Amino acid sequence: MRVAVTVREVAAVDDNFEVSGTSIPEQYLEYDLNEWDDYAVEEAVQLKEARDEDVEVVVVAIGPERSEETIRMALAKGADRAVRIWDDALADPPLLDVRTQRTVLAAALKAEDPDLVLTGVQASDDAFGATGVALAHALGYEWAAVVNDLDVVDPSEPATVHRELEGGLEEVTEVNLPAVFTIQTGINEPRYASLMGIRQAQSKELQVLDLDALGIDRDAITPALELEAMYKPTSESDAEMIEGGPDEAAGELAEIVRDAGVIEG
Amino acid sequence: MSDVLAVADHREGEPRDGSYRLITAGRELVAETGGTLHLVVVGGDADRLAEDLARAGVDRIHTLRHEQAFNHDLYVEAIEAVVADVEPQFVLAPNSVNGMDYAPAVATALDWPIVTDAIDIAYDGSLTATREMYGSKVQTDVRVSEPVAVVTIRDSEWEPTEDAGDPTITPIETAEAESLGSRVLDIEDTGAGDLDIAEAEFIVSVGRGIEEEENLELIERLAETTGATLAASRPIVDNGWLPSNRQVGQSGKTVEPDVYIAIGISGAVQHLAGMKQADTIIAINTDPDAPIFEVADYGINGDLFDVVPALIEEFGGTPP
Repeated sequence: MRVAVTVREVAAVDDNFEVSGTSIPEQYLEYDLNEWDDYAVEEAVQLKEARDEDVEVVVVAIGPERSEETIRMALAKGADRAVRIWDDALADPPLLDVRTQRTVLAAALKAEDPDLVLTGVQASDDAFGATGVALAHALGYEWAAVVNDLDVVDPSEPATVHRELEGGLEEVTEVNLPAVFTIQTGINEPRYASLMGIRQAQSKELQVLDLDALGIDRDAITPALELEAMYKPTSESDAEMIEGGPDEAAGELAEIVRDAGVIEG
Repeated sequence: MSDVLAVADHREGEPRDGSYRLITAGRELVAETGGTLHLVVVGGDADRLAEDLARAGVDRIHTLRHEQAFNHDLYVEAIEAVVADVEPQFVLAPNSVNGMDYAPAVATALDWPIVTDAIDIAYDGSLTATREMYGSKVQTDVRVSEPVAVVTIRDSEWEPTEDAGDPTITPIETAEAESLGSRVLDIEDTGAGDLDIAEAEFIVSVGRGIEEEENLELIERLAETTGATLAASRPIVDNGWLPSNRQVGQSGKTVEPDVYIAIGISGAVQHLAGMKQADTIIAINTDPDAPIFEVADYGINGDLFDVVPALIEEFGGTPP
């Protein structure tokens, strides 16, 4: 059985940052494995560990050379090998729309022919939350979005998943394989990479492919979305900020709570 | 080619509130495109649902009756059929958990671009969507460079429409998906338990800022001292530090207490959706730009590890 995990390296923004044009300058950004994808990697590795027969976990990522550190981290956590896709045609514009991502990932995954594809519900930076399902449809796979419990018995049998709906409800659904599942945070406890894992990851296969290698025509990836503006949201806050040291602030706060009448006595 | 097709959301035989907000967004959009607004209802007793959804501004409602359980294959098939029939310019869907399950597949099937989680949309010959990035720290204006698009919206940003209307209701002609790739077996309520935080009058809620599980004791002590109910934002429940019936937010409980103290909670949009109706909201956070301050009545820009012990003492307790 082969499980592919598509991951993204995402940027987190410092508390104090500035916007320059339609992007945030590098100095305010910190790169890491997308939180949702971390859960997807863990789910794949747990699936591998729980099964006697051979399960191969392949990490697939679109990203520049910088993202290899993040990809190696997924390998250190137990994935077997990785494919990184990059091309000058993907570097500009900076916002990769869903169609571009699914076209590129679908080409890479067709070659891998996995039984199962796991990915995060969304990337924490652009928050599209659409690539996994779009990818499934492009591959002709089944799918389920926002999965917080996954039970795979065998590639020849349907998997049972829980989809996290709103308001504390979960939908229990049976899904034929092959399928793409978008993984919600909290489905498992992502491990930290061990020192041995980090050492081993250095010698694991990390293949780098460009669009030619995937047989993708560069004209076919014309971005459909244009990032016209980026700005800090204007604050609509009318919160009264309580100043002063902790003791002073706590005193004032206690008075507000008492005035609200929620404390007995 | 200037029409808008909105996709209704329903659950357990009732339209979800977001559907009425979606209609408002659709009405605003067709006012700009100059087209008419269509609505599609997929699954369940679609014709009865259509009666409920017959609001002013909706020109036609397309219905596909099926069993009540959600199935994305049916949505894709129904929407494709209506798109082929009425040739709308935009498909508008809610950015709900089910919307996330079918909308990207619809976009792929039609080979249309998709924009998700729009908090505002405008049309001036092409569509521009306003959406957030980097955990709500920035907003972006994204222009769709093609004439058509699938757009999912954060429906809470629009008011629900209330005026009754008189749309035509027509069944969808389609060879209903013969072999569905997935089947709903059950719906479970995980928020259940002996405790219902939705009934609490005073909530002390804790988020990622608490850093370590051991530190939870501090917030528990505050709750004990004041008689408040302890709740949490998603990361705390994801980590398994508190059970899921303590979770406030879109995927957890919606609460409306008299007082809600948010401690170390930055205020992800999903969390705000679950608590912004509280009468008095107090936020304690180290980041002065944290979105939680947008809904707070009172804020302390400070370290919870300094403020909370002082607060416990104010109420006559002893910090751990």
